[in-house]
Amino acid sequence: MTTTENITSSSAADLSQALQAGELSSVEVTRAYLDRIAATDGTIGAYLHVDADAALEAAGAVDAARARGEELGPLAGVPMALKDVVVTEGVPTTSGSKILEGWRPPYDATLAARLKAAGTVLLGKTNMDEFAMGSSTENSAYKVTRNPWDTDRIPGGSSGGSSAAVAAGLAPWAIGTDTGGSIRQPAAVTGLVGHKPTYGSVSRYGLIAFSSSLDQAGPMTRTVLDAALLHEAVAGHDPLDSTSIDSPVPVLAESARRGAEGDLAGLRVGVVTELGGDGHTDGYEPGVLARVAEAVALLEGMGAEVRQVSCPAFDLALPAYYLIAPSEASSNLARFDGVRYGLRAGDDGSRDLDEVMALTREQGFGPEVKRRIILGTYALSSGYYDAYYGQAQKVRTLITRDFTSAWDDVDVLVSPTSPTVAWTLGSRVDDPIAMYAADLCTLPASLAGVPAISVPCGLSDGLPVGFQIMAPALADDRCYRVAAALEAAQDAARGHALLAGIATTGIATKENAPS
Amino acid sequence: MSDTLVDFDEVLTRYEPVIGLETHVELGTESKMFCGCSTTFGAEPNTQTCPVCLGLPGSLPVVNAEAIESTIRIGLALGCRIASWSRFARKNYFYPDIPKGFQTSQYDEPLCTAGHLDIELDGETYRVEIERVHIEEDTGKNLHVGGSTGRIHGADHSLVDYNRAGIPLVEIVTRPIPGAGAKAPELARAYVTELREILLALGVSEVRMEQGNLRSDVNTSLAPIGSLDWGTRTETKNVNSLRSVERSVRFEMRRQAAVLDAGERVVQETRHFHEDTGSTSSGRSKEEATDYRYFPEPDLVPIAPDEEWIEGLRAALPELPAARRARLKQEWGLSDTEMAWIVNAGALGLVSDTVAAGATPADARKWWLGELARRANDSGVELTELPVTPQQVAELAGLVTAGTVNDQLARQALDGVLAGEGGPAAVVESRGLAVMGDSDELVAAVEAAIEGNPDVADKVRGGKVQAIGALVGAVMKTTRGKADAATVKRMLEERLVSS
Repeated sequence: MTTTENITSSSAADLSQALQAGELSSVEVTRAYLDRIAATDGTIGAYLHVDADAALEAAGAVDAARARGEELGPLAGVPMALKDVVVTEGVPTTSGSKILEGWRPPYDATLAARLKAAGTVLLGKTNMDEFAMGSSTENSAYKVTRNPWDTDRIPGGSSGGSSAAVAAGLAPWAIGTDTGGSIRQPAAVTGLVGHKPTYGSVSRYGLIAFSSSLDQAGPMTRTVLDAALLHEAVAGHDPLDSTSIDSPVPVLAESARRGAEGDLAGLRVGVVTELGGDGHTDGYEPGVLARVAEAVALLEGMGAEVRQVSCPAFDLALPAYYLIAPSEASSNLARFDGVRYGLRAGDDGSRDLDEVMALTREQGFGPEVKRRIILGTYALSSGYYDAYYGQAQKVRTLITRDFTSAWDDVDVLVSPTSPTVAWTLGSRVDDPIAMYAADLCTLPASLAGVPAISVPCGLSDGLPVGFQIMAPALADDRCYRVAAALEAAQDAARGHALLAGIATTGIATKENAPS
Repeated sequence: MSDTLVDFDEVLTRYEPVIGLETHVELGTESKMFCGCSTTFGAEPNTQTCPVCLGLPGSLPVVNAEAIESTIRIGLALGCRIASWSRFARKNYFYPDIPKGFQTSQYDEPLCTAGHLDIELDGETYRVEIERVHIEEDTGKNLHVGGSTGRIHGADHSLVDYNRAGIPLVEIVTRPIPGAGAKAPELARAYVTELREILLALGVSEVRMEQGNLRSDVNTSLAPIGSLDWGTRTETKNVNSLRSVERSVRFEMRRQAAVLDAGERVVQETRHFHEDTGSTSSGRSKEEATDYRYFPEPDLVPIAPDEEWIEGLRAALPELPAARRARLKQEWGLSDTEMAWIVNAGALGLVSDTVAAGATPADARKWWLGELARRANDSGVELTELPVTPQQVAELAGLVTAGTVNDQLARQALDGVLAGEGGPAAVVESRGLAVMGDSDELVAAVEAAIEGNPDVADKVRGGKVQAIGALVGAVMKTTRGKADAATVKRMLEERLVSS
């Protein structure tokens, strides 16, 4: 049962119940999180922007409405955090970049509007790799975010502010975005559940675009059920996004509840050979492979039929992704020219238009963003387009075909979420290729647009390992069902949720340490 | 620096021109191409904008279905093949008037391809091949403040109005048009004129060139007569009137001939047209060709118009201008030349509406090409801008036919109509312009003329009947033209000539 003592370690589902039952008020819950943010975010660095007054005001409004007997949705009064890539009306939105410093958008992203309409309370905007480009959040133009399990380590990225916030009890749950793994990888390395929905199932309207054909927002939560609930709250057709799928909101929470019953009889599970399987273990930590193997065995124990599945084109996912995503990014980021909003550098009358634009971009973008703009510009250039962007699109088709043929034989595909556990801050900063390799397992689902979830599957060297479950497009419910079964089986075996271990190994010991 | 020019006729003794036109048409849809903002012309700057057409971070486009339909209808009217699968593409370049840093356009998968438009010019038909018709979004408008020319060079600062950004823009591109020789400038103009008529008939755009609804980029090149290769072309941008289209081709032919005569190469470049001097000047020189890095627009799904829809649109196309002209020419019993006069005067619609309002084709043609053309010319306005309606012209013609007024009185009545005094009948009434009947007043005037000119009267009495004209003139003078000359003559004869 949720009490004032354990508010910041409760699941959102439990908070929702306590709020509906009148055991807690939204102001109490919100204040508990704000207090914890005030106490510990100096160490963690999860948030770029927190407006305590606005959060308390929103919470008070929900409490007042509840007191008047108004009919409220189940999420009303539950606080949440948004990755700073989500546009929020009147609330600073930077996408982790200096080039947008000080910008207060005049509109809400569709998912922000939906969460607002559901009565959730925005605690703040979370840190991220600049324009979502990175796997460690070290590319943020603003601050370092630390992994609550070990504050010398990265929280994953690019949604590292969201992962750190939820893992550290600075938000019950958060929205992240995933272009090549930016929800799943940070969730994996912080012991959270993170789901990348089917491309087109959550509106992209109001997400500051990195790579339009890949970007997808989704939940980052402490439990599978929470992920399903948050996903349901933001999913559904949006006429403002032409790539939004016009189909009914899938039944996800119910799938998670059924899955938790632990019956996977008849479920066909494919273990992807190319993602850490035989002959493909280079770069994978043995501890990660061991935890994943144990998880597969658990699924088998619950009745699943497990087989190996080969997806040869997955080997080409990394190079294809690093052509497609930078190409689209080079175009998406062209609008940051200092003319209409955000940073404008050198406009002192001594420079002409082109020079002001160039200087603004020179000063406003960080090195990784520049690297990708240059990569993408090159890949789209006349004479190179076919060899790079064109080829990469063909690889994308091959990857999609690998998935399609796999679905003939299995219901879900599984793999590690990331080849390694969280690495030490700074250790890969000078090696972009090593950084890119963190996305090895998450890229295929991104390129094919299929749903994929990361669910914790234990610790390796005291750090969380993520287990990835991929499903056919629009079959997000399968991800939740299998993830919930695994979560329930592990929690039962362990005697508590994985995250419960964090309080003693993580922040508590590091809180007073000099950063 | 002024360009050396070769005399136009001399150009043609040595060179063969090839022209080509890219015409941009702003569609008259209620809302913009990718958002719900209004497209009304002339609003306060930056009041018709939203996150989408301002390209704010996170915003996404949604296609305007009516704009797609209009584009397909234009393609059908130009005999194009309509793609069953078409995509948008991003054209990437930096300029403040494109808020996203790219223009959402179409590249290698346009909606319409391979059409043609036949142009009649002095009895000859030229087939202009249409390469493609595609849909894109318009840019914002830059206003350069402080410079003398309104251009960016020398300006203190620039302002951008994004009201125009995102208005649906159809681009119609011809294939190169060789073989027009001395007619090349006129053909360019006639092509744009005909295109404009088609767009008007389709009702897809107001096509007001002065508001920039229709803008043409005119390509011109010269090759030595007999050469198998075409010359290097220049692209004269934003030529915004029919007359300027013709003048820009003429100027470029003369300028390029001088360049070639001097043994130099024509530079492939963008040029600006100057309305005041009728000349072109080099655009900002670019050190390297712009690479637009086109790629398929990932924020939009492909357009796949189904056959049934296309056939429905084809069946519902209105009568197109060429067919209409042929029909009216036959109905009105006109020669090719007579019809051409009407068309060239821009009076086809006016004449047609006047006939529809009850006038005979001959009367309608006479009024619009005669008296009204003169008035329009005198006041320096287009025929359509005269403050008189085809219905009023038909009414005026009817008054003449009925004998209520004669031609001279009718012209006076027209003065009143143009002065805003009301319709023709009302003006005839208020100005007292009706022809006098066999009235006491007219009898008195006739008798006064006889008494006042006894010599002439005697001559008539003596058998010199043709002298009666002087007496008719005298009566017309005293009645200030309001009498009917035939009636006056009959009355004089009754009094002076024994039957």
